[in-house]
Amino acid sequence: MIPLSWYLILAAAMFCVGLYGVLARRNAIAILLGIELMLNAVNINVVAFWRYLNPENIAGQAFALIVFAVAAAEVAVGLALIIALYRRRNTIVAEEIDLLKW
Amino acid sequence: MIPNEYLPIAVLFILATGLAALVIILGHAFGPRRPTARKLMPYESGMTPIGPGTRRIRVAFYMIAVDFILFDIEVVFFLPWAVYARELSYYGLLVIGIFTVLLLVGFIYAWKKGALEWE
Amino acid sequence: MTVMQILFLLIGLVTLAASVMVVSTRNMVRAALYLIVTLFGVAVLYVLLNAGFFAVVQVVIYIGAISILFIFAVMLTRDVTGLQAAAFNRTWLLAAFLALVLFGGLFLALQGWSGFETVPPAFTDDTPTIRDLGLALVSPDGYVIPFEVASVLLVAAMIGAIYVAWGRK
Repeated sequence: MIPLSWYLILAAAMFCVGLYGVLARRNAIAILLGIELMLNAVNINVVAFWRYLNPENIAGQAFALIVFAVAAAEVAVGLALIIALYRRRNTIVAEEIDLLKW
Repeated sequence: MIPNEYLPIAVLFILATGLAALVIILGHAFGPRRPTARKLMPYESGMTPIGPGTRRIRVAFYMIAVDFILFDIEVVFFLPWAVYARELSYYGLLVIGIFTVLLLVGFIYAWKKGALEWE
Repeated sequence: MTVMQILFLLIGLVTLAASVMVVSTRNMVRAALYLIVTLFGVAVLYVLLNAGFFAVVQVVIYIGAISILFIFAVMLTRDVTGLQAAAFNRTWLLAAFLALVLFGGLFLALQGWSGFETVPPAFTDDTPTIRDLGLALVSPDGYVIPFEVASVLLVAAMIGAIYVAWGRK
């Protein structure tokens, strides 16, 4: 039997790896990849809590399914923004997109 | 704890990766390799290659992928409804109908915008 | 150590190693391919959690559609993100430190929680199946509003993505 703690630690580690990717990468697509890792870590947590704490309650599964849909929407719009940015500014390096900075 | 019905998938996965690895390893082990600079060049019908091999692709590919995501999620949401469809009868049909019509709006937009054209 | 625990450790190790490669490799195509390995590992974790439906959803949506979107986006923006450009910004050390601190904090916070070592309860007749999920998603006292709103969100996202990425003709 796998204790719940193993899933939680794995998800926490994956979340932190994703956070590092978001904070440290320059390429905007790499930043979105980091966000994907974080979303996956959260979804592992949701499903693990459903299975371990309250498997009779369907809310955990419904919640996880909505997270999937939101993740897909987020990626489609995020990557479209990056493509539009590339077309106009010819860069996708996050630091060089500073037109609105003071 | 883990149901046995996943065993065939695991066996298939191990077989597929094992076979792929085996073919690559066998090719490396028994194939003669005498590389020269000219042999290692990218093949471009006998011409000397010009420019980088990694060109940009057209944005139309991305449009197709976005459309694909829409229908992909539609299928995933259909599945739980579909196994219960008979009991839910007209009410379920109404709910899933609203869902589908809403998603079709996006598809029609893509169509009218010409995002699906491949001239 | 049961077989299940060894299996979990193996999969967890592969998933975590692949996710570290996602954020550390310079080559964006490789990063996207490592993301697929990570997502597959998460799908196997769903199987271990007896959530077979979510394993399928993970493969269909994440591996089938989202990673394809990433690979297309990488190929669309390829010539400016060469291997010679720096992959990390100046504050990457601070970012690594912050990530480690967050992990340590989460670990400590979770350790103090009483439910940390819970083992999964056995499945009973009440345990929901995919039929119950279908019923919950469309029934009025269930999740019918989130279900319909999800489609609105998807349409909005899709129209937005097409409008933004397609540009002027």
